[in-house]
Parts: sequence; C-alpha cells; structure tokens
Amino acid sequence: MAEDRKVKVKIDHVEKIYDGRQGKMIALNGVDLDIYENEFICVVGPSGCGKSTLLNIIAGLLEPTTGAVYVDGKKVEGTGTERGVVFQQYALFPWLTVKKNVMFGLKLKGMSDAEAEPIAMKYIKMVQLEDFVDAYPKELSGGMKQRVAIARAYAVQPEVLLMDEPFGALDAQTRTQLQAELIQTWQEERKTCFFITHDVDEAVILATKVIVMSARPGRIKRIIDINLPYPRTQEMKMTKEFMDLKNEVWGEVYQEYLEIRK
Amino acid sequence: MDKKKNGIIDKIPNWGWLMISLATALVLWYVLSITPKTARCFPFIPKVIEALKTVVEREILWADIKSSMISVLLGFAFGFCTSVPVAFLMAWYRPVQHIVEPWIQFIRNIPPLAYVPLVVIGAGVGRVPQVIVIWLATFLTMTITIYQGVRNVDSTLIKAARVLGAKDKDLFVKVIFPATTPFILTAVRLGASVALTTLIAAESTGAFAGLGMRIRSFNNSYEVEPMLLYIILIGIIGISIEKIIKFLEKKLTGWQETRQV
Repeated sequence: MAEDRKVKVKIDHVEKIYDGRQGKMIALNGVDLDIYENEFICVVGPSGCGKSTLLNIIAGLLEPTTGAVYVDGKKVEGTGTERGVVFQQYALFPWLTVKKNVMFGLKLKGMSDAEAEPIAMKYIKMVQLEDFVDAYPKELSGGMKQRVAIARAYAVQPEVLLMDEPFGALDAQTRTQLQAELIQTWQEERKTCFFITHDVDEAVILATKVIVMSARPGRIKRIIDINLPYPRTQEMKMTKEFMDLKNEVWGEVYQEYLEIRK
Repeated sequence: MDKKKNGIIDKIPNWGWLMISLATALVLWYVLSITPKTARCFPFIPKVIEALKTVVEREILWADIKSSMISVLLGFAFGFCTSVPVAFLMAWYRPVQHIVEPWIQFIRNIPPLAYVPLVVIGAGVGRVPQVIVIWLATFLTMTITIYQGVRNVDSTLIKAARVLGAKDKDLFVKVIFPATTPFILTAVRLGASVALTTLIAAESTGAFAGLGMRIRSFNNSYEVEPMLLYIILIGIIGISIEKIIKFLEKKLTGWQETRQV
C-alpha cells in the first residue's frame, strides 16, 4: 500500500562507529529505512541499540561513518530547520520567556518580532500555555517545559519532527496527557514524526509504524505496522487489538533484553 | 523543629535583625574600647568621628578615596577586558587551556604582596605599579571563573539552537553569551573584592595618596583613630560595591533556577 506514497526521509545504509578507549564500538550497523510522508514512526529498543545516535544523525548533529540520510531526496549535511528536534531534557533557554523561546527559531529565520509573535502565539495556544507566555522556564513544571519545547519545534514548521524520548522524564499522568495532545496535533497536521521511546505502550498508541532495534551492533530488527484506527484515545489501550500489538512489540523488545543479559 | 518556640524569632523582620546585629557589634566595640589590653587599638566612636573631622580638615580623605578608587577601577577594568577573551579562548581551544591554566592557578595562589616589589622594580613607583598589581590579581580570579562558566554551558542548549537554525555567530551571541552571564557577574563580584583586597598591597609601593598608603602612614605616626576610621571605610566601600553587583545580578540573571535547600 505504501509504494505510491512519498518517501520523506531515506536512511541509506547508515553506519556509525565510535573510536573509544576500549577500541571500536559499532553503534549502528548498516541501517536502512524509508520514512514516508505523514508517518509516525516510533523506535523502541534497549539502551545501547543506537536509537539516539540514529536520531542525531537524521538531525544532522552527528555524522554517519558511512552511508547517508536524505530528506526529500536532499542529502543531510548538518542541521536544518526542515528537521525539528525535541529533546528529553527540554533544552529550553532559561533566560528567555516561554514566548521568546518559541520565537527563537523564527527570529533566526530573519523574522521581526511583529512577524514572529503571532506564529509563536499560535503554537503556544496549541500546547495550551497561553497563560504562561511571559513565564520563565524555571517557573514551569516538567510537562509544561516539554510543551514549550514542542511548540518551539513546531513553530519553525519543520517537515519532519524528531523526538528523543521527549516524555521519558515525566510522571505517568503527565506523560499520558502529553501523548493525547501529541496524537491530537498529529491528527490535525499529519507531520512526519520520528519518535524514540522505551515505553512500548507509548510506541503503540502513537505510531503508525513501530521500529524495533537490537543492540550491539545497533540495527533494525523488525518493523511492525500499527493499524489502530483514528481518532486514537487512551481507552483504546483496553482493546484487544492494542493488547495484541503491544504484546507483539514487547515480545521483540524482551528478546533483546534477554540477549543483552547473556 | 518546634515552630511555636520560634514564634518570636520568626516575627522579627530582616531590618530588625540588622539593627540587633549592629547593636551587638557596638556593644562589643565599646567593651573592647574600655578593656585595658585592647583599648589602644579600638578607640570608640567619638574618637573616630573626631578623626574623621581631622582628615577632612587636612584635605586628605577625599584625595585618598579618589586615588584608591582610580587604581581599583583602572586595574579592574583592565582585568575584566583581558579575562573575558582569555577565558573564552581557554574554553574553546584546548591547547590554550593546557598551556595557560596551570600558570593562572599557580600565580593566583601567590599573595600579591609578595610580588609587589618586583612590579615596582619593573614599573617604578606611582599609579602604574598599583594598576598593574590589581590588574593581575583581578585578571587571574575572573579568568578562572568565566572559564568555568563557558565550560558549563549545557551542550543540549547548543544542540537545540543549532537545530533551530543557529549559525556559529548566533550560537555565541544568543546562547553562549547569555548562558555565561551569571558566571561573568560572579566573576565581576569576586574580581571587585580581589581588587579591593589587593589595593592595600598595591599601595605599599610608594604611593602618594590612597586608603592603603594612608593606613601605613598613620601606622608610622601612631595615629590609631584615623587608622581605624580608614579600615572601616574600606569595609563600607567593599560592601557597597558588593551590594550594587548583587543587585545587578538579580536584575540580569533572575531567570536562573535557584536550588531549593
């Protein structure tokens, strides 16, 4: 079914080898993956499987040892605003207010305050933080900080959104809340997403496709299509379809944990 | 802790505590001034006020304050202007750090009083050696502090800025500089304090005026009252400078996360 869809991100035999003190460490061992437009990819796998390395390579923050990444057919060389990133540690600029944080990327594009402000406000409203526009990050909770980071990434209107365990540091309740918001936003904008998590529940409820990676060396182990209908809700987590998919993903991930323990 | 027991103590406002603290010091001062063994070095307030009148009449007070402040300001300004680029170079280029840092640490631990004579041999007497000594001392302290600050810039902030489209120039102006501001202000505060403490050493070089020079000259003529007055004055100047910088810090870096103890 996917053949007529447009490939948004092409990961072409990406290999990453670190030269460490204990010799060479193969972080990624020839990863090939086509990410189609409007897909929501969730990557799961044990720590050390290179999922963060892969995200950083797509973002242009790391260079692959061999291979390349293409976005819309153009080779990735360094960072670019067509690829937005949300980090686990929020990475908000603590000296800027919520509004100024969201405007940061817009100003770098050369916009004036008058041009950037309405755009920033639109995305601040999207993450429901309009009452906190002038607050500094230190005045916000973890969940609110991550909402600002998401608004900031959306504001520059990237073609692809890369998220590196964005909800990993949040409590379960906040995480569920933000998942629901992210699903809502994705349903509206259908932005191509590449989302890393170690939470299988999270992967299945968010993704259109789950990628399971295996460790040492890091490579793609299995790709599982998630054909749950939209609109997706938290109640869906009770359905048999969800449970089956979750068990399938969990089975693959669990095998990897066992491998590592050997 | 029993909260009820602390009821009265909690009710005293900050200015109240300041008054109590001041009163305690005055009582202690008075006791010292009437105790035979310490009476000579701690003359009480009336005598110090009398000394104030004398130094004003002799037209040395303002000249001393002016001279000292000029040396402090010049030395500090040179120290600041040189420490900022050196600190950034050290943080960015590892060879610079490897070569420079050990020597900064080494010289920083030598009391300035020790090398003042060397500076005088090299630069003669007067304003120049004073400024050089203060420059050196403030430069060393501020370089280390600012360097730590630049090194401590959170790398995820740099990554975040880069994925939002920041180029090298933007990174410096919009991320590294604001992220370092708290450390620069701390450096300014430490530097100002070092400048003042070094001043006394710097003025031991045959200065013609200055608070430190005058204390030595009072010492030679056994004028204890004006000496104590000058010592208190240096303290007042020091704490005023610190308060001003603290105020600036609050204004400029109020965004910082404060650790809850």
